[in-house]
Amino acid sequence: MNRSHVDVLVVGAGPAGLAAATAAADRGRRVLVLDQAPEVGGQIWRHRDPATLPESARAAIIRARASGVVFATGATVLDAASPTELVIAFGPRTDRVRADTVILATGAVERFLPFPGWTLPGVVGVGGLQALVKGGLSVRGQRIVVAGTGPLLYPVAATLAKAGATLLAVLEQRTLGDLVPFARSTLGDLAKVRDAIRYRAAIGRTPFHHDAWVLAAHGSQRVREVVLRLGSRETTIACDWVATAAGLVPRTDLARLLGCALDGEAVQVDAAQRTTVPGVLAVGECTGVKGEAAGMLEGEIAGAAAAGDDGPARTLARRRAQGIAFGDLLAETFAPRAELLARATPDVLLCRCEDVPVGAVEPAWTARQAKLWTRVGMGACQGAVCGPACTTMFGWEVPQVRAPLGTPTCGAWHAQLTTPTDPPAA
Amino acid sequence: MNRDVTITIDGVPRRVVEGDLLAAVLLSHDVTTFRRDTHERPRAPLCGMGTCYECRVTVDGVSSVRACLLPVRDGMRVETGR
Repeated sequence: MNRSHVDVLVVGAGPAGLAAATAAADRGRRVLVLDQAPEVGGQIWRHRDPATLPESARAAIIRARASGVVFATGATVLDAASPTELVIAFGPRTDRVRADTVILATGAVERFLPFPGWTLPGVVGVGGLQALVKGGLSVRGQRIVVAGTGPLLYPVAATLAKAGATLLAVLEQRTLGDLVPFARSTLGDLAKVRDAIRYRAAIGRTPFHHDAWVLAAHGSQRVREVVLRLGSRETTIACDWVATAAGLVPRTDLARLLGCALDGEAVQVDAAQRTTVPGVLAVGECTGVKGEAAGMLEGEIAGAAAAGDDGPARTLARRRAQGIAFGDLLAETFAPRAELLARATPDVLLCRCEDVPVGAVEPAWTARQAKLWTRVGMGACQGAVCGPACTTMFGWEVPQVRAPLGTPTCGAWHAQLTTPTDPPAA
Repeated sequence: MNRDVTITIDGVPRRVVEGDLLAAVLLSHDVTTFRRDTHERPRAPLCGMGTCYECRVTVDGVSSVRACLLPVRDGMRVETGR
Protein backbone atom coordinates (compact mmCIF):
# COMPACT_ATOMS: atom_id res chain seq x y z
CA MET A 1 0.00 0.00 0.00
CA ASN A 2 1.21 3.46 -0.88
CA ARG A 3 0.67 6.62 1.07
CA SER A 4 0.24 9.96 -0.54
CA HIS A 5 -0.71 13.46 0.46
CA VAL A 6 -2.92 16.03 -1.21
CA ASP A 7 -4.11 19.41 0.00
CA VAL A 8 -7.78 18.64 -0.56
CA LEU A 9 -9.45 15.26 -0.97
CA VAL A 10 -13.00 15.37 -2.33
CA VAL A 11 -15.17 12.27 -2.03
CA GLY A 12 -17.83 12.28 -4.74
CA ALA A 13 -17.62 13.70 -8.27
CA GLY A 14 -21.18 14.97 -8.63
CA PRO A 15 -22.02 18.66 -9.09
CA ALA A 16 -21.17 19.65 -5.50
CA GLY A 17 -17.90 17.71 -5.41
CA LEU A 18 -16.79 19.06 -8.78
CA ALA A 19 -17.57 22.63 -7.72
CA ALA A 20 -15.64 22.18 -4.46
CA ALA A 21 -12.66 20.67 -6.26
CA THR A 22 -12.60 23.42 -8.85
CA ALA A 23 -12.82 26.19 -6.26
CA ALA A 24 -9.91 24.73 -4.27
CA ALA A 25 -7.78 24.05 -7.36
CA ASP A 26 -8.41 27.57 -8.67
CA ARG A 27 -6.83 28.79 -5.43
CA GLY A 28 -3.68 26.78 -5.99
CA ARG A 29 -4.48 23.70 -3.95
CA ARG A 30 -3.62 20.17 -5.09
CA VAL A 31 -6.93 18.34 -5.26
CA LEU A 32 -7.84 14.68 -5.67
CA VAL A 33 -11.47 13.75 -6.38
CA LEU A 34 -12.69 10.18 -5.81
CA ASP A 35 -15.80 8.52 -7.14
CA GLN A 36 -17.02 4.94 -7.11
CA ALA A 37 -18.50 5.23 -10.57
CA PRO A 38 -16.48 4.76 -13.76
CA GLU A 39 -17.25 8.34 -14.88
CA VAL A 40 -17.37 11.70 -13.13
CA GLY A 41 -20.68 13.57 -12.85
CA GLY A 42 -22.38 11.72 -10.01
CA GLN A 43 -25.89 10.37 -10.42
CA ILE A 44 -27.51 13.48 -11.81
CA TRP A 45 -24.86 13.96 -14.49
CA ARG A 46 -24.36 10.27 -15.16
CA HIS A 47 -23.30 9.92 -18.79
CA ARG A 48 -21.39 7.83 -21.31
CA ASP A 49 -21.10 10.48 -23.97
CA PRO A 50 -20.50 14.05 -22.70
CA ALA A 51 -22.48 15.32 -25.70
CA THR A 52 -25.65 14.03 -24.04
CA LEU A 53 -25.15 16.26 -20.98
CA PRO A 54 -26.78 19.65 -20.45
CA GLU A 55 -24.44 22.51 -21.34
CA SER A 56 -24.06 23.60 -17.69
CA ALA A 57 -22.97 20.10 -16.66
CA ARG A 58 -20.49 19.78 -19.50
CA ALA A 59 -19.06 23.18 -18.63
CA ALA A 60 -18.66 22.24 -14.95
CA ILE A 61 -16.80 19.04 -15.82
CA ILE A 62 -14.56 20.79 -18.35
CA ARG A 63 -13.80 23.53 -15.81
CA ALA A 64 -12.89 21.00 -13.12
CA ARG A 65 -10.53 19.20 -15.50
CA ALA A 66 -8.98 22.47 -16.66
CA SER A 67 -8.35 23.59 -13.08
CA GLY A 68 -5.84 20.79 -12.57
CA VAL A 69 -7.95 18.56 -10.37
CA VAL A 70 -6.90 14.89 -10.42
CA PHE A 71 -9.75 12.39 -10.71
CA ALA A 72 -9.78 8.80 -9.48
CA THR A 73 -12.88 6.98 -10.69
CA GLY A 74 -13.76 3.44 -9.66
CA ALA A 75 -12.41 4.34 -6.21
CA THR A 76 -14.18 3.35 -3.00
CA VAL A 77 -13.38 4.58 0.52
CA LEU A 78 -13.04 1.55 2.80
CA ASP A 79 -11.84 3.00 6.08
CA ALA A 80 -10.23 5.97 7.76
CA ALA A 81 -6.93 5.96 9.67
CA SER A 82 -7.99 9.41 10.90
CA PRO A 83 -10.70 11.80 9.70
CA THR A 84 -8.23 13.24 7.18
CA GLU A 85 -6.46 10.03 6.15
CA LEU A 86 -8.64 7.69 4.16
CA VAL A 87 -8.07 4.10 3.09
CA ILE A 88 -9.19 3.83 -0.49
CA ALA A 89 -9.64 0.91 -2.88
CA PHE A 90 -8.53 2.04 -6.32
CA GLY A 91 -9.90 -0.96 -8.17
CA PRO A 92 -8.01 -3.99 -6.82
CA ARG A 93 -5.30 -2.01 -5.00
CA THR A 94 -5.64 -0.23 -1.70
CA ASP A 95 -3.80 2.99 -0.78
CA ARG A 96 -3.94 5.60 1.90
CA VAL A 97 -4.40 9.27 1.10
CA ARG A 98 -3.83 11.97 3.68
CA ALA A 99 -5.24 15.44 3.13
CA ASP A 100 -5.24 18.78 4.90
CA THR A 101 -8.96 18.97 4.19
CA VAL A 102 -11.47 16.28 3.28
CA ILE A 103 -14.64 17.43 1.52
CA LEU A 104 -17.53 14.96 1.61
CA ALA A 105 -19.77 15.18 -1.45
CA THR A 106 -21.27 11.74 -1.12
CA GLY A 107 -24.68 12.68 -2.46
CA ALA A 108 -27.93 10.90 -1.76
CA VAL A 109 -29.35 7.44 -2.20
CA GLU A 110 -32.92 6.36 -2.71
CA ARG A 111 -35.08 5.68 0.31
CA PHE A 112 -36.50 2.18 -0.11
CA LEU A 113 -39.43 1.09 2.06
CA PRO A 114 -40.31 -2.61 2.11
CA PHE A 115 -43.51 -3.96 0.56
CA PRO A 116 -44.53 -7.48 -0.45
CA GLY A 117 -42.43 -8.50 -3.45
CA TRP A 118 -39.83 -5.73 -3.21
CA THR A 119 -36.95 -8.22 -3.37
CA LEU A 120 -38.08 -9.69 -6.72
CA PRO A 121 -35.73 -9.17 -9.65
CA GLY A 122 -37.24 -6.44 -11.83
CA VAL A 123 -38.19 -4.29 -8.83
CA VAL A 124 -35.61 -1.50 -8.86
CA GLY A 125 -35.17 2.07 -7.71
CA VAL A 126 -36.51 4.99 -9.70
CA GLY A 127 -33.07 6.53 -10.10
CA GLY A 128 -31.81 2.96 -10.06
CA LEU A 129 -33.52 2.03 -13.31
CA GLN A 130 -32.42 5.28 -14.89
CA ALA A 131 -28.82 4.51 -13.92
CA LEU A 132 -29.04 1.03 -15.44
CA VAL A 133 -30.53 2.37 -18.67
CA LYS A 134 -27.80 4.99 -18.90
CA GLY A 135 -25.35 2.14 -18.29
CA GLY A 136 -26.55 0.25 -21.35
CA LEU A 137 -29.66 -1.67 -20.25
CA SER A 138 -32.14 -1.92 -23.11
CA VAL A 139 -35.75 -1.34 -22.06
CA ARG A 140 -37.15 -1.00 -25.58
CA GLY A 141 -40.68 -2.38 -25.57
CA GLN A 142 -40.50 -3.28 -21.88
CA ARG A 143 -43.56 -2.49 -19.77
CA ILE A 144 -42.60 -0.25 -16.85
CA VAL A 145 -44.42 1.27 -13.88
CA VAL A 146 -42.61 4.18 -12.21
CA ALA A 147 -43.75 4.90 -8.65
CA GLY A 148 -42.02 7.34 -6.37
CA THR A 149 -42.12 10.91 -5.24
CA GLY A 150 -40.71 14.32 -6.02
CA PRO A 151 -39.10 16.02 -8.99
CA LEU A 152 -36.91 12.97 -9.84
CA LEU A 153 -39.96 11.16 -11.31
CA TYR A 154 -40.04 13.41 -14.36
CA PRO A 155 -36.51 13.06 -15.74
CA VAL A 156 -36.55 9.32 -15.05
CA ALA A 157 -39.85 8.85 -16.90
CA ALA A 158 -38.46 10.94 -19.74
CA THR A 159 -35.29 8.83 -19.94
CA LEU A 160 -37.33 5.62 -20.06
CA ALA A 161 -39.72 6.96 -22.70
CA LYS A 162 -36.82 8.11 -24.83
CA ALA A 163 -35.23 4.65 -24.51
CA GLY A 164 -38.34 3.12 -26.11
CA ALA A 165 -39.95 1.68 -22.98
CA THR A 166 -43.70 1.20 -22.74
CA LEU A 167 -44.42 3.40 -19.74
CA LEU A 168 -47.62 2.05 -18.22
CA ALA A 169 -48.01 4.65 -15.50
CA VAL A 170 -46.10 7.18 -13.40
CA LEU A 171 -47.20 7.42 -9.75
CA GLU A 172 -46.58 10.24 -7.28
CA GLN A 173 -47.46 9.22 -3.73
CA ARG A 174 -48.50 12.75 -2.71
CA THR A 175 -51.86 14.27 -3.60
CA LEU A 176 -52.03 17.13 -6.05
CA GLY A 177 -53.14 19.38 -3.17
CA ASP A 178 -50.01 18.46 -1.19
CA LEU A 179 -47.88 19.87 -3.99
CA VAL A 180 -49.40 23.33 -4.16
CA PRO A 181 -46.90 25.16 -1.89
CA PHE A 182 -44.02 23.47 -3.70
CA ALA A 183 -45.37 24.30 -7.16
CA ARG A 184 -45.94 27.90 -6.11
CA SER A 185 -42.35 28.26 -4.87
CA THR A 186 -40.82 26.88 -8.07
CA LEU A 187 -42.90 29.05 -10.41
CA GLY A 188 -40.38 31.84 -9.96
CA ASP A 189 -37.52 29.58 -11.03
CA LEU A 190 -37.59 29.61 -14.83
CA ALA A 191 -35.05 26.81 -15.22
CA LYS A 192 -37.15 24.47 -13.07
CA VAL A 193 -40.36 25.38 -14.91
CA ARG A 194 -38.67 24.82 -18.27
CA ASP A 195 -37.38 21.41 -17.14
CA ALA A 196 -40.84 20.42 -15.89
CA ILE A 197 -42.47 21.31 -19.21
CA ARG A 198 -39.80 19.48 -21.22
CA TYR A 199 -40.08 16.33 -19.12
CA ARG A 200 -43.88 16.37 -19.15
CA ALA A 201 -43.78 16.55 -22.94
CA ALA A 202 -41.31 13.65 -23.09
CA ILE A 203 -43.57 11.26 -21.22
CA GLY A 204 -46.42 12.07 -23.60
CA ARG A 205 -49.70 10.35 -22.91
CA THR A 206 -48.48 8.09 -20.10
CA PRO A 207 -51.02 8.26 -17.24
CA PHE A 208 -49.63 10.30 -14.35
CA HIS A 209 -51.36 9.56 -11.05
CA HIS A 210 -51.16 11.50 -7.83
CA ASP A 211 -52.13 9.97 -4.48
CA ALA A 212 -50.81 6.66 -5.85
CA TRP A 213 -48.23 4.05 -4.86
CA VAL A 214 -47.17 0.40 -5.17
CA LEU A 215 -48.86 -2.03 -2.78
CA ALA A 216 -47.15 -5.27 -3.87
CA ALA A 217 -45.19 -6.94 -6.64
CA HIS A 218 -45.86 -10.51 -7.74
CA GLY A 219 -43.78 -13.06 -9.63
CA SER A 220 -41.50 -16.03 -8.96
CA GLN A 221 -38.15 -15.59 -10.73
CA ARG A 222 -38.88 -11.94 -11.54
CA VAL A 223 -41.71 -9.45 -11.27
CA ARG A 224 -44.72 -10.29 -13.47
CA GLU A 225 -47.40 -7.98 -12.13
CA VAL A 226 -47.77 -5.12 -9.72
CA VAL A 227 -50.62 -4.11 -7.43
CA LEU A 228 -51.14 -0.36 -7.37
CA ARG A 229 -53.14 1.97 -5.18
CA LEU A 230 -54.52 4.74 -7.37
CA GLY A 231 -56.42 7.15 -5.15
CA SER A 232 -59.24 5.14 -3.64
CA ARG A 233 -59.02 2.16 -5.98
CA GLU A 234 -56.68 -0.80 -6.31
CA THR A 235 -55.56 -2.25 -9.60
CA THR A 236 -53.25 -5.07 -10.73
CA ILE A 237 -51.34 -4.79 -13.97
CA ALA A 238 -48.82 -6.98 -15.79
CA CYS A 239 -45.37 -5.44 -16.21
CA ASP A 240 -41.68 -6.18 -16.77
CA TRP A 241 -40.18 -3.59 -14.41
CA VAL A 242 -41.32 -1.71 -11.33
CA ALA A 243 -39.15 1.34 -10.67
CA THR A 244 -40.02 2.50 -7.18
CA ALA A 245 -38.62 4.38 -4.19
CA ALA A 246 -39.81 6.79 -1.50
CA GLY A 247 -37.62 9.74 -2.44
CA LEU A 248 -34.01 10.41 -1.56
CA VAL A 249 -32.01 10.31 1.65
CA PRO A 250 -28.57 11.88 2.28
CA ARG A 251 -25.72 9.38 2.01
CA THR A 252 -23.82 9.79 5.27
CA ASP A 253 -22.01 6.51 5.93
CA LEU A 254 -18.53 7.97 5.41
CA ALA A 255 -19.42 11.09 7.42
CA ARG A 256 -20.56 8.88 10.30
CA LEU A 257 -17.40 6.77 10.08
CA LEU A 258 -15.34 9.97 10.41
CA GLY A 259 -17.38 10.99 13.47
CA CYS A 260 -19.32 13.89 11.92
CA ALA A 261 -22.51 14.80 13.77
CA LEU A 262 -25.78 14.54 11.89
CA ASP A 263 -28.72 16.90 11.87
CA GLY A 264 -31.61 14.48 11.39
CA GLU A 265 -30.52 12.28 8.49
CA ALA A 266 -28.09 14.82 6.99
CA VAL A 267 -24.52 15.84 7.81
CA GLN A 268 -24.51 18.88 10.09
CA VAL A 269 -22.54 21.81 8.65
CA ASP A 270 -21.91 25.50 9.43
CA ALA A 271 -22.03 28.49 7.07
CA ALA A 272 -18.67 27.50 5.52
CA GLN A 273 -19.78 23.85 5.13
CA ARG A 274 -17.61 22.70 8.06
CA THR A 275 -18.76 19.53 9.80
CA THR A 276 -18.27 18.99 13.53
CA VAL A 277 -14.95 17.23 12.79
CA PRO A 278 -11.96 19.54 12.21
CA GLY A 279 -10.61 19.29 8.66
CA VAL A 280 -13.77 17.69 7.29
CA LEU A 281 -16.27 19.68 5.22
CA ALA A 282 -19.47 18.44 3.57
CA VAL A 283 -21.41 19.72 0.57
CA GLY A 284 -24.42 18.93 -1.57
CA GLU A 285 -27.05 16.29 -0.98
CA CYS A 286 -25.27 14.60 1.93
CA THR A 287 -26.02 17.77 3.93
CA GLY A 288 -29.69 17.68 2.87
CA VAL A 289 -31.30 16.99 -0.51
CA LYS A 290 -31.77 20.29 -2.34
CA GLY A 291 -30.69 19.85 -5.95
CA GLU A 292 -27.65 20.40 -8.10
CA ALA A 293 -27.62 24.22 -8.19
CA ALA A 294 -27.59 24.52 -4.40
CA GLY A 295 -25.01 21.74 -4.21
CA MET A 296 -22.66 23.52 -6.60
CA LEU A 297 -22.96 26.70 -4.56
CA GLU A 298 -22.06 24.81 -1.39
CA GLY A 299 -19.17 23.22 -3.23
CA GLU A 300 -17.83 26.62 -4.20
CA ILE A 301 -18.08 27.80 -0.59
CA ALA A 302 -16.33 24.70 0.76
CA GLY A 303 -13.62 24.56 -1.90
CA ALA A 304 -12.71 28.16 -1.20
CA ALA A 305 -12.85 27.60 2.57
CA ALA A 306 -10.50 24.62 2.18
CA ALA A 307 -8.05 27.05 0.56
CA GLY A 308 -8.41 29.52 3.43
CA ASP A 309 -10.76 31.82 1.56
CA ASP A 310 -13.99 32.50 3.47
CA GLY A 311 -15.11 35.11 0.92
CA PRO A 312 -17.66 32.91 -0.88
CA ALA A 313 -19.10 31.79 2.48
CA ARG A 314 -20.01 35.43 3.03
CA THR A 315 -20.93 36.56 -0.47
CA LEU A 316 -23.00 33.46 -1.25
CA ALA A 317 -24.65 33.21 2.18
CA ARG A 318 -28.04 34.42 1.01
CA ARG A 319 -28.23 32.07 -1.97
CA ARG A 320 -27.00 29.24 0.23
CA ALA A 321 -29.87 29.92 2.65
CA GLN A 322 -32.32 29.88 -0.26
CA GLY A 323 -30.99 26.47 -1.29
CA ILE A 324 -31.45 25.12 2.20
CA ALA A 325 -34.99 26.52 2.37
CA PHE A 326 -35.77 24.83 -0.95
CA GLY A 327 -34.40 21.56 0.45
CA ASP A 328 -36.58 21.89 3.54
CA LEU A 329 -39.62 22.46 1.34
CA LEU A 330 -38.73 19.41 -0.78
CA ALA A 331 -38.38 17.24 2.33
CA GLU A 332 -41.66 18.46 3.77
CA THR A 333 -43.62 18.22 0.53
CA PHE A 334 -42.45 14.77 -0.52
CA ALA A 335 -42.08 13.03 2.84
CA PRO A 336 -43.31 9.44 2.54
CA ARG A 337 -46.95 9.21 3.63
CA ALA A 338 -47.99 6.89 6.44
CA GLU A 339 -49.51 4.29 4.10
CA LEU A 340 -46.09 3.64 2.56
CA LEU A 341 -44.63 2.72 5.95
CA ALA A 342 -47.28 0.11 6.64
CA ARG A 343 -47.21 -2.01 3.47
CA ALA A 344 -44.91 -4.78 4.66
CA THR A 345 -46.50 -7.84 6.25
CA PRO A 346 -44.38 -9.55 8.97
CA ASP A 347 -42.86 -12.02 6.49
CA VAL A 348 -41.57 -9.31 4.13
CA LEU A 349 -37.81 -8.81 4.35
CA LEU A 350 -36.61 -5.62 6.04
CA CYS A 351 -32.86 -6.26 5.75
CA ARG A 352 -32.27 -7.70 2.29
CA CYS A 353 -28.64 -8.60 3.00
CA GLU A 354 -29.19 -10.63 6.18
CA ASP A 355 -32.69 -11.79 5.23
CA VAL A 356 -34.32 -10.35 8.37
CA PRO A 357 -38.12 -10.04 8.05
CA VAL A 358 -40.04 -7.04 9.31
CA GLY A 359 -41.75 -9.25 11.89
CA ALA A 360 -38.42 -10.12 13.54
CA VAL A 361 -37.86 -6.61 14.91
CA GLU A 362 -39.82 -4.62 17.44
CA PRO A 363 -40.34 -0.94 16.68
CA ALA A 364 -39.76 -0.21 20.38
CA TRP A 365 -36.16 -1.40 20.13
CA THR A 366 -33.20 0.84 19.35
CA ALA A 367 -31.25 0.35 16.13
CA ARG A 368 -28.41 -1.11 18.19
CA GLN A 369 -30.64 -3.66 19.92
CA ALA A 370 -32.06 -4.68 16.57
CA LYS A 371 -28.56 -5.20 15.20
CA LEU A 372 -27.48 -7.32 18.15
CA TRP A 373 -30.59 -9.46 18.19
CA THR A 374 -31.39 -9.89 14.51
CA ARG A 375 -28.34 -8.71 12.46
CA VAL A 376 -30.55 -6.16 10.71
CA GLY A 377 -28.27 -3.74 8.85
CA MET A 378 -25.15 -5.86 9.34
CA GLY A 379 -24.90 -7.37 5.87
CA ALA A 380 -23.19 -6.46 2.66
CA CYS A 381 -24.69 -2.99 2.28
CA GLN A 382 -24.07 -2.13 5.94
CA GLY A 383 -27.54 -0.71 6.41
CA ALA A 384 -27.50 1.57 3.36
CA VAL A 385 -30.92 0.23 2.37
CA CYS A 386 -32.64 -0.84 5.60
CA GLY A 387 -31.12 1.92 7.75
CA PRO A 388 -33.19 4.72 6.22
CA ALA A 389 -36.19 2.35 6.13
CA CYS A 390 -35.91 1.74 9.89
CA THR A 391 -35.45 5.45 10.58
CA THR A 392 -38.58 6.21 8.57
CA MET A 393 -40.74 3.33 9.80
CA PHE A 394 -39.70 3.04 13.44
CA GLY A 395 -38.10 6.40 14.21
CA TRP A 396 -34.79 4.72 15.08
CA GLU A 397 -31.72 6.93 15.19
CA VAL A 398 -29.34 6.72 12.25
CA PRO A 399 -27.00 3.91 13.35
CA GLN A 400 -23.24 4.14 13.77
CA VAL A 401 -21.09 2.59 11.08
CA ARG A 402 -17.93 0.52 11.31
CA ALA A 403 -15.18 -0.12 8.83
CA PRO A 404 -15.03 -1.42 6.24
CA LEU A 405 -17.68 0.65 4.50
CA GLY A 406 -19.83 -1.67 2.44
CA THR A 407 -18.26 -4.94 1.37
CA PRO A 408 -14.83 -4.66 -0.21
CA THR A 409 -13.60 -7.36 -2.53
CA CYS A 410 -11.17 -9.77 -0.90
CA GLY A 411 -8.13 -8.31 -2.65
CA ALA A 412 -8.88 -4.76 -1.57
CA TRP A 413 -9.52 -5.53 2.09
CA HIS A 414 -6.63 -7.96 2.38
CA ALA A 415 -4.29 -5.22 1.20
CA GLN A 416 -5.65 -3.02 3.99
CA LEU A 417 -5.31 -5.68 6.70
CA THR A 418 -1.72 -6.52 5.81
CA THR A 419 -0.43 -2.96 5.80
CA PRO A 420 2.25 -2.54 8.45
CA THR A 421 1.53 0.22 10.90
CA ASP A 422 3.46 3.46 10.69
CA PRO A 423 6.99 3.24 12.08
CA PRO A 424 7.42 5.40 15.17
CA ALA A 425 8.75 8.86 14.38
CA ALA A 426 12.52 8.95 14.87
CA MET B 1 -15.32 3.54 -28.00
CA ASN B 2 -18.50 1.40 -28.02
CA ARG B 3 -16.90 -1.50 -29.87
CA ASP B 4 -18.18 -5.01 -29.39
CA VAL B 5 -16.20 -7.33 -27.16
CA THR B 6 -16.68 -10.85 -25.84
CA ILE B 7 -17.27 -11.78 -22.21
CA THR B 8 -18.41 -15.07 -20.74
CA ILE B 9 -21.51 -15.18 -18.57
CA ASP B 10 -21.62 -18.44 -16.59
CA GLY B 11 -19.31 -19.98 -19.18
CA VAL B 12 -21.30 -18.87 -22.23
CA PRO B 13 -19.54 -16.40 -24.56
CA ARG B 14 -21.55 -13.24 -25.25
CA ARG B 15 -20.93 -10.30 -27.55
CA VAL B 16 -21.47 -7.10 -25.59
CA VAL B 17 -20.70 -3.40 -25.92
CA GLU B 18 -17.45 -2.42 -24.27
CA GLY B 19 -17.96 0.08 -21.47
CA ASP B 20 -21.57 -0.83 -20.74
CA LEU B 21 -22.07 -1.46 -17.04
CA LEU B 22 -21.91 -5.16 -16.22
CA ALA B 23 -25.22 -5.04 -14.33
CA ALA B 24 -26.95 -3.58 -17.39
CA VAL B 25 -25.33 -6.18 -19.66
CA LEU B 26 -26.41 -9.07 -17.43
CA LEU B 27 -30.00 -7.79 -17.24
CA SER B 28 -30.05 -7.30 -21.01
CA HIS B 29 -29.03 -10.98 -21.33
CA ASP B 30 -31.97 -12.03 -19.15
CA VAL B 31 -29.89 -12.77 -16.07
CA THR B 32 -32.27 -12.23 -13.16
CA THR B 33 -30.34 -14.15 -10.52
CA PHE B 34 -27.22 -12.14 -9.77
CA ARG B 35 -27.06 -13.88 -6.42
CA ARG B 36 -29.32 -15.99 -4.21
CA ASP B 37 -30.45 -15.21 -0.69
CA THR B 38 -30.36 -17.68 2.22
CA HIS B 39 -33.63 -19.20 1.00
CA GLU B 40 -32.22 -19.60 -2.55
CA ARG B 41 -34.49 -16.86 -3.86
CA PRO B 42 -33.13 -14.85 -6.79
CA ARG B 43 -31.81 -11.32 -6.27
CA ALA B 44 -30.95 -8.66 -8.82
CA PRO B 45 -29.95 -4.98 -8.79
CA LEU B 46 -32.04 -2.57 -6.72
CA CYS B 47 -30.20 0.74 -6.44
CA GLY B 48 -28.15 0.73 -9.64
CA MET B 49 -25.55 2.99 -8.04
CA GLY B 50 -23.29 0.96 -5.79
CA THR B 51 -25.06 1.10 -2.42
CA CYS B 52 -27.34 -1.95 -2.14
CA TYR B 53 -24.89 -4.75 -3.08
CA GLU B 54 -27.72 -6.81 -4.59
CA CYS B 55 -25.85 -6.98 -7.92
CA ARG B 56 -22.72 -8.61 -6.59
CA VAL B 57 -21.27 -11.31 -8.81
CA THR B 58 -17.92 -13.05 -9.31
CA VAL B 59 -15.70 -11.47 -11.96
CA ASP B 60 -12.45 -13.14 -13.06
CA GLY B 61 -12.49 -15.16 -9.84
CA VAL B 62 -13.01 -12.17 -7.51
CA SER B 63 -16.24 -12.47 -5.54
CA SER B 64 -18.54 -9.69 -4.27
CA VAL B 65 -17.89 -7.39 -7.22
CA ARG B 66 -20.66 -4.83 -7.70
CA ALA B 67 -21.80 -5.29 -11.29
CA CYS B 68 -23.45 -1.85 -11.35
CA LEU B 69 -20.10 -0.06 -10.98
CA LEU B 70 -18.08 -2.14 -13.43
CA PRO B 71 -17.77 -1.37 -17.14
CA VAL B 72 -17.38 -4.56 -19.21
CA ARG B 73 -14.00 -5.32 -20.78
CA ASP B 74 -13.03 -7.86 -23.39
CA GLY B 75 -12.44 -11.32 -21.96
CA MET B 76 -14.19 -10.74 -18.63
CA ARG B 77 -15.39 -13.98 -17.00
CA VAL B 78 -18.57 -13.48 -15.00
CA GLU B 79 -20.26 -15.96 -12.70
CA THR B 80 -23.76 -15.16 -11.47
CA GLY B 81 -25.97 -16.88 -8.89
CA ARG B 82 -27.75 -18.82 -11.61
